[in-house]
Amino acid sequence: MATVSLQKLVKRYGALEIVHGIDLEVADREFIALVGPSGCGKSTTLRMIAGLEPISGGNLKIGGRIVNDLPPRARNISMVFQSYALYPHMTVRENMGFSLKIAGMKSEEIAPRVEEAARTLDLTHLLDRRPSQLSGGQRQRVAMGRAIVRNPDVFLFDEPLSNLDAKLRTQLRTEIKKLHAKVQSTVIYVTHDQVEAMTLADRIVIMRDGHIEQVGTPEEVFQRPASKFVAGFIGSPPMNLKDAEIADGRVVFVNGDSLPLPRRFADRVTAGRKVTFGLRPDDLYPAGHGIHSGQEADVHKADLRVSITEPLGNETLVFSEHGGAEWVGRMLNPRRLRAGETLPFCFDLSQAHLFDRETGRTLRG
Amino acid sequence: MGALKRLRPSTPFLLLLPAIVVLAAVVVVPLLLSFYSSFTPFRLTQPASLFNFVGFRNYGRILTDVEFWTAFGRTVLLLTVALNAEMLLGLGLAMLVEKATAGQRLLRTIMMFPMMFSPILVGFQFKFMFNDNIGLINNALQSLGLTDQAIPWLIDGTLAFWAIVVAEVWSSTSIFAILILAGLLAMPKEPIEAARVDGCTPWQTFRYVTWPFVMPFAYIAMTIRSLDVARAYDIVKIMTDGGPAKRTELLWTLISRTAYADARMGLANAMAYFAIFLSILFTVYFFRKLAAARTQIGAEW
Repeated sequence: MATVSLQKLVKRYGALEIVHGIDLEVADREFIALVGPSGCGKSTTLRMIAGLEPISGGNLKIGGRIVNDLPPRARNISMVFQSYALYPHMTVRENMGFSLKIAGMKSEEIAPRVEEAARTLDLTHLLDRRPSQLSGGQRQRVAMGRAIVRNPDVFLFDEPLSNLDAKLRTQLRTEIKKLHAKVQSTVIYVTHDQVEAMTLADRIVIMRDGHIEQVGTPEEVFQRPASKFVAGFIGSPPMNLKDAEIADGRVVFVNGDSLPLPRRFADRVTAGRKVTFGLRPDDLYPAGHGIHSGQEADVHKADLRVSITEPLGNETLVFSEHGGAEWVGRMLNPRRLRAGETLPFCFDLSQAHLFDRETGRTLRG
Repeated sequence: MGALKRLRPSTPFLLLLPAIVVLAAVVVVPLLLSFYSSFTPFRLTQPASLFNFVGFRNYGRILTDVEFWTAFGRTVLLLTVALNAEMLLGLGLAMLVEKATAGQRLLRTIMMFPMMFSPILVGFQFKFMFNDNIGLINNALQSLGLTDQAIPWLIDGTLAFWAIVVAEVWSSTSIFAILILAGLLAMPKEPIEAARVDGCTPWQTFRYVTWPFVMPFAYIAMTIRSLDVARAYDIVKIMTDGGPAKRTELLWTLISRTAYADARMGLANAMAYFAIFLSILFTVYFFRKLAAARTQIGAEW
């Protein structure tokens, strides 16, 4: 159990700076997800916390103690790797007990702890197998078991589910969540999958190009994205983001089509401001097939021509043209649509976002 | 008709016949002939002696021959010493080269230089270096003031054995280095990182993670080199020719002396079958080790 604190943490490879002085406070027992596209520096940051990469600048504190120059073994952390990183020549039991053995623990003390962890992860029947005899999901569970037997201060997960198929990923995601509820320790979890981040984390850290774009709870980053990048990254399918200009109380798109300026932004933008208009698919739906969250007055209606549909069973994603660009909307209680059909659509503008086109930051207060 | 058909050899056999004939001519017949001759007092100078069958007399003589067993033991000793030294040095070299961030290809090439020389030339070179009068080594030792006398490297029996070990090790350490390096390069890096996080010191990481992975590669090198050293002849022939006073006599120098200098081919053949038996023993041993090590790391090759 420990807090982790990153203070102006920098990673440089020669002249190339990968992580640009990031600050982050992780509370004790908190589940933090670092998320971002590949190359954003999230894995590098995790590896600096683990001690696998030297820190080029700033301070890293675990449990209030500066650990910059401590080797990984002195940090009391465990890590779960994307490629499982099991020891191929050891059985599951030996893999899980290895860190305890290295710590000089006696085998009669190790055995109950390994068995306890194996029970938690439903690995008891596999204890005498070798990693090569296990499936991907089982291997990753062993890797998790190896991490929990040590009772570390901090768990680090480096894209642990990325090598698994979709079904297994969902299943293990739930297991990780249960595991965290049970062991109650600080977790830092790196993933490029925003769904994983949203479902697991107490707070999400969205990274981009070695900077932190936003830190917040899943609700915050979804509902109040601090930037165009966060808005586009969180949520599936991604938010509709269209370049526009403010003119005369309206948001005017490049081809001249327009929408009313959402009331929330009325006194925040002036005419001529170049913006990016954002609307989630949930807030663009065929009339009668969606729910608006604000007042009726904030719902703008327009006829749109359907170009393509993606039925998902309980809902259908509807792609249509507006303002010279393609928008995706979400149709609840769907009926079958024909391509080329024109329908009345609702734009729930109470949920719309405006971002500065240059800086990408939100224009909301 | 039916009887004729039965006499006719099957097509697969006919198709294999050319290969069988060639193999028989170059392998089976000479092998049988040499094996047969080990039961005769065959001398190259007296061809008729080939037909004088004496049963196990040659083998009986070998079993009680002190000279033979000394050479046998010395060969095993050379094998043990040289292989262990080569493995340790090769492992060290491989780990150093693996750490190199730049110029690794160049280093790998340089590392293989000793393998590019004929063992005969290596023998000559070391014979010169260990020469007690004009040799580089005595010269260096004296210039550095470490000794003021000429050390009789190739004249003292024990020293001569170690001089041969040095030459062997110099010429063949790279086999270990290359194979172990291949293992190190093929090794996934994550288990090493996992070990560091799990609390291993660099030594423990090596001991528990790196070494088990690299071990099969070391065993491959062991297998190759044990065959190599068990038939060691060239370097010894040049450096000491089994001398002084047979103090560096190995199996094959003894066998060749018996066969050609003493012209006792029958006896020499009997010794040779013992020597081959030794090689097979080592090969089987290391192959077993290799198979075990491979299963252990779950290797897919």
